[in-house]
Amino acid sequence: MRARVDRRGARRVLPGFGLSLGYTLVYLCLIVLIPLSAAFFKTAQLTWPEFVAVVTAPRVMASYRLTFGASFGAAAINTVFGLLVAWVLVRYRFPGRALVDALVDLPFALPTAVAGIALAGLFSANGWFGSLLVPLGITVAFTPLGVLVALTFIGLPFVVRTVQPVLEDLPRELEEVAATLGASRWESFRRVVFPIVLPALLTGFALAFARAIGEYGSVIFIAGNMPMVSEITPLLIITKLEQYDYTGATAIAVVMLVISFTLLLAINALQAWTRRRQGALT
Amino acid sequence: MGMDEPRAVRWLLIATALAFLTLFLFVPLAFVFYEALKKGVGVYLAAISDPDALDAIRLTLLTAAIAVPLNLVFGVAAAWAIAKFSFPGKNVLTTLIDLPFSVSPVIAGLIYVLIFGLQGWLGPWLREHDIRIIFAVPGIVLATVFVTFPFVARELIPLMQAQGTEQEEAATVLGASGWQTFWRITLPNVTWGLLYGVILCNARAMGEFGAVSVVSGHIRGATNTLPLQAEILYNEYQFSAAFAVASLLALLALVTLVLKYFVGRRAVDRQHSAEHAA
Repeated sequence: MRARVDRRGARRVLPGFGLSLGYTLVYLCLIVLIPLSAAFFKTAQLTWPEFVAVVTAPRVMASYRLTFGASFGAAAINTVFGLLVAWVLVRYRFPGRALVDALVDLPFALPTAVAGIALAGLFSANGWFGSLLVPLGITVAFTPLGVLVALTFIGLPFVVRTVQPVLEDLPRELEEVAATLGASRWESFRRVVFPIVLPALLTGFALAFARAIGEYGSVIFIAGNMPMVSEITPLLIITKLEQYDYTGATAIAVVMLVISFTLLLAINALQAWTRRRQGALT
Repeated sequence: MGMDEPRAVRWLLIATALAFLTLFLFVPLAFVFYEALKKGVGVYLAAISDPDALDAIRLTLLTAAIAVPLNLVFGVAAAWAIAKFSFPGKNVLTTLIDLPFSVSPVIAGLIYVLIFGLQGWLGPWLREHDIRIIFAVPGIVLATVFVTFPFVARELIPLMQAQGTEQEEAATVLGASGWQTFWRITLPNVTWGLLYGVILCNARAMGEFGAVSVVSGHIRGATNTLPLQAEILYNEYQFSAAFAVASLLALLALVTLVLKYFVGRRAVDRQHSAEHAA
């Protein structure tokens, strides 16, 4: 209540509220909201049955299965290894730790097309990884497995970066108490550390998943892009655009937008949960 | 103490984590430079001084030089409104600012085609006045502005919220004008956070691929940015040249990470001291 009175006071004292908020709203509308609404208006030209027919066509359904399946798989891999990397970076000291810590953000900084051609080159039949895997019967390039690899790459930092601060703030006393009470190291991890880290872990998973479903640049070089097999939904949108099927492309885009916005709300809720968990501890 | 894992477990965990990062991060990064330089420095230099490559570099720099300042001004305005004042719908506004991050880059390009393309809302009017936006530089800039929209704002909002309004109020009460307060109090307090946002914004602006790909039309020497140039070369099986162009972007990523590391530490220090003072 007091904070609110203070803030009200601030509004009277500080200038520039109208200008800054007005500019923010105009810019937001011009760059983001009006263009996004164009997708919904365009799709509204379709009748409901037409819309459903476009967005549930077999080739489109196959692309959803691949996009969401591979995104889920990649986010799951990153959840396991992201927790491991965060744990190792926070708890252990080893040579090169600071360098490794800084490089974890590489997928955020490296343009997706660069990641795409690098992964495609590495996993092609005569590439560094491909030449080892292909004789074993594992073909990554130009298969759905390639999509999984690319999405794992671009989602890698999310879990590490959401879990890391929670582990850093975790009071060591909790584990000491657990050890004193006779818990093994594994038990104290499973029953003390894990429940505290869980909201951050889920947030990281959701962020990686949300990023993966929209990803394009890192995937198309390694995926092979075969309709029904290794064609992701964002690529299908581009394919339809190139065939001047603007309505079809936009209808699929609207489905993806609705899913992305739902995920955004879920992520906001997860982040609030993470903060509450953390706040309760400190 | 019973608190620490056995030595063997510890080293096994470290080794597994490093193996994962090596396979997925370090090897792909090294591979870019290896492929770029495989045929020698002469081939490398020829590839990056090719006229089309130089045009791509120029367009990439131009795009970032427009998109980053636009989003910087927006980020500062949004943070000032959201962090220093209380108004209804503030949380909704903050969420809306983050919206571009959850939109697929491909869709970011598509929506501008729907507005400015030949069949778009403004298509007929633009054609009458002979203005090209899609398949031209303005479209590339617009798509880049969209995908880099939240970067500065999302760094500044929490930072300025943590710093509160007391210093600004004191300055205003003492007779400073709004701009004086902003330039002498607020801006120096958030310099590092602002720089951090600009670095990330710039990296994405120069490296964006999907959104730019949709609106570009891939016209060599005219609407190709560096990532698009790398794509074209790769699809033509000119691998050395493709990786040479890609290596410039990889270098940009490395510079970004180094700057981010140092600026990020200073920004965090600042925020901590602000929180302690508050």
